[in-house]
Order: sequence, then structure tokens, then C-alpha cells
Amino acid sequence: MIRPDRIVTTTCPYCGVGCTLQLHVKDDFIFKVTSPFDSPVNHGNLCVKGRFGYDYVYHPKRITTPLVRKMPQKAGERTQAFDLSEWREVTWDEALDTVADNLVRIYQQDGSDAMAVYCCAKATNEDNYLLQKMYRALFRTNNVDHCTRLCHAGSVVALQQAVGSSAMSNTASQVLLNDVFIVTGSNTSENHPIIALQMKEAVEKHGAKMIVVDPRRIDLVDFAELWLPLKPGTNVPVFSAMAQVIVKENLVNWGFVNARTEGFTEFLESLEKFTPEFAEQVSGVPAEDIRQAARMYATAGNAAIYWGMGISQLSHGTASALALIHLAFLTGHVGRDGTGLNPLRGQNNVQGASDMGAMPFHYPGYMRVDNPENRAKWERAWNIEEGGLSLKLGLTTTEILSHAHEGGIRALYIMGENPMMSEPNLNVTRHHMQQLEFLVAQDIFINESGAFADVFLPATPFAEKDGTFSNTDRRVQRVRAAHPPRGGSRPDWQILCDLALRIEARLGHPTAKWDYTHPEQILREMADVNPDYAGITYERIDQVGLIYPVPTLDHPGTPTLFTESFPRGRGKFVPLDYVPVKEEPDDEYPFILTTGRLLEHWHGGTMTRHSALNEAYPEARVEIHPADAEIHGIRNGDPVKVQSRRGEVVLRATVTEKTTVGVVFIPWHFQEAAANLLTNDALDPQAKIPEFKACAVQVFPARLEDLPNPDVQVSRGRY
Amino acid sequence: MTSKLLMDDKEISVEQGQTLLEAARENGMDIPTICFHEATTSNALCRICVVEVEGMRLLQPACIVQAADGMKVQTKSERVVRARRTILEMLAATMDLSDAPEILTLMDEYGARVDRFPEAERRESALKDDNPMYVRDYSKCLLCWRCVQVCADDAQYTFAINFSGRGYETQIGTFFDRAIPETTCVLCGQCVGVCPTGALKPKREYLLEQGMSPQEISVMNTGRKRRKQK
Repeated sequence: MIRPDRIVTTTCPYCGVGCTLQLHVKDDFIFKVTSPFDSPVNHGNLCVKGRFGYDYVYHPKRITTPLVRKMPQKAGERTQAFDLSEWREVTWDEALDTVADNLVRIYQQDGSDAMAVYCCAKATNEDNYLLQKMYRALFRTNNVDHCTRLCHAGSVVALQQAVGSSAMSNTASQVLLNDVFIVTGSNTSENHPIIALQMKEAVEKHGAKMIVVDPRRIDLVDFAELWLPLKPGTNVPVFSAMAQVIVKENLVNWGFVNARTEGFTEFLESLEKFTPEFAEQVSGVPAEDIRQAARMYATAGNAAIYWGMGISQLSHGTASALALIHLAFLTGHVGRDGTGLNPLRGQNNVQGASDMGAMPFHYPGYMRVDNPENRAKWERAWNIEEGGLSLKLGLTTTEILSHAHEGGIRALYIMGENPMMSEPNLNVTRHHMQQLEFLVAQDIFINESGAFADVFLPATPFAEKDGTFSNTDRRVQRVRAAHPPRGGSRPDWQILCDLALRIEARLGHPTAKWDYTHPEQILREMADVNPDYAGITYERIDQVGLIYPVPTLDHPGTPTLFTESFPRGRGKFVPLDYVPVKEEPDDEYPFILTTGRLLEHWHGGTMTRHSALNEAYPEARVEIHPADAEIHGIRNGDPVKVQSRRGEVVLRATVTEKTTVGVVFIPWHFQEAAANLLTNDALDPQAKIPEFKACAVQVFPARLEDLPNPDVQVSRGRY
Repeated sequence: MTSKLLMDDKEISVEQGQTLLEAARENGMDIPTICFHEATTSNALCRICVVEVEGMRLLQPACIVQAADGMKVQTKSERVVRARRTILEMLAATMDLSDAPEILTLMDEYGARVDRFPEAERRESALKDDNPMYVRDYSKCLLCWRCVQVCADDAQYTFAINFSGRGYETQIGTFFDRAIPETTCVLCGQCVGVCPTGALKPKREYLLEQGMSPQEISVMNTGRKRRKQK
């Protein structure tokens, strides 16, 4: 038996559920992870990533020394360097001076608009707060964003528009209080596994009825009362038809509509076209099932909606989310325990990174950057001269790269993100990355994006730093170091403070204050200006965390939002039209490709593909329905080529009824068969979120030797 | 509604529906448990928690018997202690308790002898190492059911493992004895989290025990060629 030297309680670095982990450490090596059975979010349950997927911390390919590229890189000709022989190991002083010299040179030459930064939904609140502060305070730009743009931007814009707040209105554990709940665009069992357990418990032990609206026959369908298998990208007609049924059958909660909403009359007119029969025609979902779903949701005592990226990752992602919001407004299923509008946030700290102002339109606390009063607050906090901060809205994640050209973005700082996997239409992304004049990567591995960098700054993973994460139900929880950083790597917050001081010295600015000795001081600085976090201290969240808004030091937290009113006052109905996806299937490209994730992997794979998780699921697969497979002569396990107008990948096929006829599915974790080579970079006009969930592809049989790794084959009973 | 009962001659009051075990623990009395776990359904399998209830012929498992008004309960009578000691001695005679420090402590407390049943056939089986995340050593399994239950509707709703065999041959296993990756298992490790005897163990913990260094463990499984040059 191994006796641990210590057991460190912290928060899981993977998804937005925010499970409590206990890291069992022996000789500065985590050999086991457990979770306390009284943990507030997960009650001792974990998924494969949380319990076993931490070993990337010790992977031999992890970078623990600062690196500078041997071959100087030029804009337009930038190349990728994965091999260490292409890099020179340098001291932190040399690395940070090189970064500071180049960033300041470009800033002084090309101005604020040439500077941009990707913050990181994996990093802590403190790390994100500092990085956006560095770019706003030192380079006077709002070109600050992170991967929230690629996941829930549609939901965030819709909720801001209709409600005035963009987080989950209720906590995930309140699913146990639901009588009826809708899960849509979320493969919860694989992407929020612990929330899926609670959903199953709600059905099996508390008599709740679940309605799944999803083009795939996901695991949750086995527990559902009703499954509406819609064609990808037809959310607006399906949910608007449900709204029409609720109105026509007089199931409307008039008290709520009259007292809490506005814009109903105009909305009613826009609803006329969305008959269940019209919805059936475009979505393939039987009109009668749409009626039944509407009745179940509207007549339930408590009903809630949980949604994922199947709603937001569309060129009309904002409209999709609004269609859901309307259902809650019509029925009043929001503002009480056991109801709500609940976008399940993907990353462990995407909620927190957004709260910290790692976004181009907002300071921390969702304060608009174009509002001079907000600007004045942060100028005071950061010791900036009056009128010094920029009022100009920044560029979004997707726009930052598409503006990487002469006269546009020249220098990019990437903390922990991997656009070379996560952006749509990767061949174009590659071209954009090549145009940068200077690129810094701060990460733990040289991933597909970091390989383009001039300087690589080795940061620490969650197990080697202190801070906080804010989970999907707005619970701010502690992150604690289990052991010292490996090699010469440093926690992100320390790297950023050290770098900011060097930049300030070169700019000759008065200091915006970077002399923190512990991350708690960083949270305090932010919380002093951001009322949602005002009452949160490390001492108060030492044991179980607090659910913000926490306006004062004695406030207990706010699990349920909007009980009295919405942040914008009345909830706003927004008339909608049906806009099809930008690229519909045709004779040449007859399949709809939809992308998503797997239980065993995480996003671009930087962490999970350097883990035993990769042994559990080592290759990309495309799911194709048996009826389609038969027509194309494809058997289970056969190599196939999937091609779109933008690119192609070769991978094995999984012939399964988990997908529907005419729809193929590829998870986007695998660089050797990157789904995002195929996806369409069409954007939602408001949210700027790309259409990851639908593009047109063709599928051809391929040869075994065309596979990137012919000798690797996943063999799992559950797929 | 509260009821009153006598436990070890002390009057205690309990809420309706509470088990004798809950009642005892709330009142600071110690009843040992092995198969009981606060996060799983109790099935009274190991019987280490038995108590004597006046008027009942057999010893009663405190983890499932509900407290009732007027009950008279002895939690450490001679009969109870003898039963617990015998259970511990039977466990020690048939399984490997080396990874179950709490049970070993109980054996000391109850004066249980490891060699009480020298003729007993030990329940031995080969280590199962069939997936990247955890190993299964059923020589250390006492059939507490916790792993089966968390895999089923106590937590995970995955139903990957169950009993196989009957009577003394009973063992936890997968359907048709398939390797874990071939089953519905999602590798969540809920089972590992509730195992009381180290029969289920994270792979890395196991390798460390086998004498591998953290360094050696970290370079395992990393030989796979990840990137194909175009």
C-alpha cells in the first residue's frame, strides 16, 4: 500500500462541472485521485478524465524550460516546429526580455490595433484577469478573447439580449427538482458526465421526464421520454413550433408574460410561420412529437432547459438560443428553483475567464468597454491616467486571426489555447498564423499552435498552481498546488507579472501594479471592482466554494437567478426567422457533417493525447448510419476519406445508429484527422461563433495505408 | 416522528426511518462496518455490523434494520463480539486483506486470529490488467457489492459489472468475462472509489507499489507515434 505524503483538495481541470478532486501525492507524484463523497457538485463521483486523466502533468514531452526558435520567423513564412532540435533552451530572463522587446517594438510601431491576446478557459480566474489587464492597461487594446467565442458565444449574446445576463440561471444539481427537462445540443454523458448522472437520477429516482432534442442518438436517449432527432441547424423551427403550440393551445403562463416580459405582440406575429408541420418539413421531426414536447414542457410544474453547443455553434447560434429562451418566457419556467435557462459551459473555467473580462467587449464583471463610466472604474483600479483605456470594442477570437495581416494584427499572445485545432477551416487558420509577425505561446506542451511561436513560455498545469475556477453553475472554487512546478516551469500568474513589469519598464508607464505575492491578492483586486465577486475571499471558499453573485462578505451566494426580475428589467422576446445553415448538402457533398467531443478526450487534445486517456481512445472515427454506410459500401472499421469544400481527412468509420441518416459525426480532438479541416468558417453575425455543427461533406472508401496510423485501432464495447 | 429505544442500556431517540447504524452513530456509539458506504445502497452483506435486538432470534444487521419504538439493542454483547470476530477470521482465512488497513485494525480490536481456519480454501484469482486506468485483483475482493452498485443505479447507470458464478465461486465480473474495454464500461472509476479492500486500484498506484518509479511510469505508453509528417 502506498501512503500519500499529502492529499491535496482541488478542482478538476477538465469540464465546467467543477468536480472536487483529492490528489494523493507521493514524492511529488500524483498516484491516485479520489473525490470526497460530500463534495458539493459531484458527491464523490468522477469521470474517466477527472479520476485518471491527470498524467499529462508528467508526460516526457512536457516543456519545462523557456524556448526560443533557432530559425528567426518572418511574417508570411512562419513555420511549425514540433521538434526540440528546432528550439534553443534559454533562461527566463532571456525569454521574457525577448517577448517584452518584440511586443513593445510592434506596439510602438503599429499601435494598439496590432496587438491581440487569447486568454485561456483552462487557466485560473487570476491568470485570466492578469492577462486581460496586461493587454488593456499596457497595450491599450480590447483585442482580448478566448475560446468562449467558439463554444457558447451564441448563447451568451442571446441571453445578454433577452435577459441581460449570460450564465446558467440555476445550478445543475437542481435537475433533481425538475418535473420535465429538455436537453438539447448537449451530449451530456460525454461532455458533462457528472451532470448526466444527475439527469439520469432525476428520471430514474425522482420521476422527471426528459426530452432529448439532438440529431444524434446520444446515451441520454435511453433515459428519455421523447427524442426529437432534428436535422442539424433546425433548432429555430423546432423550438419556435413548440412556442406556437404553447400559444395556440393556450398553455401560456400569462401572469409571467404580462409581468416579466416585453415584445410579446411582435413575437406572436413572427411565430405564425412556425407551424409544427413546417418544422417537420425542415427538421424531419414529426409534428406530433413537437406538439407533445411542447405540452409536456408547458404543463410541467417545474421545467428547465439544458443546452450545449448544438444550439450555439451555428451561423444562427444566437437565434437558436433565443428560441429556447422564448419557451421559458412563455411558460414562466425561469426564476424559480428547479427551472431555468441553463447553457452547460464547456471548459472548467470558461465561465470564470468570461467573468474576468477575457472578452473583447467587456471588462471583468461584464462591464462594457465602450462605457466611459466602466472605463473610469478600471483606470482607477489599474493606476491609469484618465481616458487612457480604450473605448473601442476589440476583435473576437475568430476575427483576431482573420485580421492577421499587414496593417492588422501583428503580434499574438496565446495562453493555453490551440486555435490550430479549435478554429473552423484549419487550412485558412494555418495561413493566418503564418502571417503573424510575432507569436508567443504560454503552455505546457508544444501543440499545433505553439509550434508556430517565436518564444515558448513553459507554464504549469492545474496541479502546480493556486487560484480559483468558476464552474458552469457559477460556483467559485479553489485550485491548489499538489507539488512544485516541474523543471523550470512557472505558474501563469507569475510569468504574466514578471513580463508585465518588463513591458512597463520599456514603455515608461507608471505601474499598473504587478507585485502580487499570492493569487488571492489578484482575486481581491478584481473583486473590489466587480460586484458579483465582491463577497468572495479565499477564506470563504476554502471548503465548498460560493455561487456568485456574492455582493457582500456575509452574502451566502445565489444559486437561482432572476427570482424577482431580469438584469435588463423585463425579459425580451425577439422575433425570429428560419435561416438555414450556410452550407446545405447537395449532390456533390450529400452528407451533413456535425462535430463534437468524446468522453475520453478534451478539445484540441493538448492534455488528453498526452495521457493514458489516449490509450483508451487512440484514433479519430467518423460515425455513419448503417443505411448510408451500405449505400457507400462501408463496413464498420473501414478506412474512409471525408471531404468538404475546404479539406479532407482519412479515418476509420464507425457504422452506428448513434447518428441519423444523412448525418456523419467526427470528434475534433485528433490532429491527424482534424475535423476542423472540414468545417465551415461561416460566422453568426452577432456572436461571431463559427458553424461547427453543420457543413456539407462527401464520404469515400479509402485504403488502409492512407490512414495516418493504420496500426492503431480503438476497440471499445460502448461505441 | 421520533421513537425512543434503548441502545446499550442508554435511552436514545431517533427519527422515523433511521437505521440502527445511523441511530448509533448519531449518538456517538461505534458499530463497525465493512460493506456499508454512505454513498451506496446497504445490503447487509458482510454482517460485521450485527447487533443483538431483544426478542429477535437472529443477530440483526444494523445498516439496514430500522430503529423502532421500544427496541432494546446491544451493540457489543458477547454474542455480537463473537460473531464479528468469526466473520473477520473467515475473511482473513479466505482473502488477501493486505490492502484493507481498516479491517486489519478491526481484527486487532476483536482479537481475531488469522489462523483460526487453516483448512479454508482461499479465494484466489489472477490479477486482471486489461485497461489503461485500473487493475482488478479479486483475491482481495470480499464481495461487498459497492462496485456493482455504483456502476448501476447508485451512481453511474452503466451496468458494466455484476456477479458471476454462484456460492463460493461467486466473483465480480463483466458479462461473458469480457475485458473491460469491450464492455459498456466508461472507465469512470466510481468502482475504484468505493472499493474497501484495494481489489480495484488505479493503474499508476499499482505500478508504484510494484516498485516502478514515477519517472518510469510517466514514460509508459508514450512511444506511440503521434504525428505523421505530411
